[in-house]
Amino acid sequence: MNGNEISEFITVFLMLIGSIISVISAVGIIRFPDVYTRSHAATKSSTLAVLLTLVGAFLYFFITESLVSVRLILGIVFVFLTSPVAGHLIIRAAYRSNVKLADSTVEDELKDALHQKD
Amino acid sequence: MFTLILQIALGIMAVSTLLYVIRVIKGPTVPDRVVALDAIGINLIAITALVSILLKTSAFLDIILLLGILSFIGTIAFSKFLEKGEIIENDRNC
Repeated sequence: MNGNEISEFITVFLMLIGSIISVISAVGIIRFPDVYTRSHAATKSSTLAVLLTLVGAFLYFFITESLVSVRLILGIVFVFLTSPVAGHLIIRAAYRSNVKLADSTVEDELKDALHQKD
Repeated sequence: MFTLILQIALGIMAVSTLLYVIRVIKGPTVPDRVVALDAIGINLIAITALVSILLKTSAFLDIILLLGILSFIGTIAFSKFLEKGEIIENDRNC
């Protein structure tokens, strides 16, 4: 088993795990009841999926062509930093524009905090 | 074997993008659609990485960075528009 086969195995493993996590996230975004739980599915698991895929690509190019791609490292760091921030901002905008929570929601602490401040 | 499994992974990615597109079409509110579009942008990054491995070229790697930045800016602009009604504010005393 030479280095090429090992690199192919690692790449294929990471890519397959990443795509399976991505389809799990898509099932979550279809089946969850309101926008908050949907963003919980979309933000976390699709970020993990794309990070696994990018790490797989980085390791592939590193082992086969011995190319350290700085663009891929920057892409990994950038996606890892900005995807939760984007999820936070869009959910904050959704709450401020009065999107309803699901019917099975038990407690809304943010509403109490916002009305206490007024 | 290597190419076959990569193509299978690409097919699974395509299925998940299709599910996101369903949410974009039928999402009842605007933030639903924006969340799904953001996830489609993130998914497109992974598809670009897969295609660049399948074609055995490293020429597409800055597309990954570009798509990440563009998807982030688009989501930020949409959330500012939803929250305040305008994207770039011009008043100075805020």
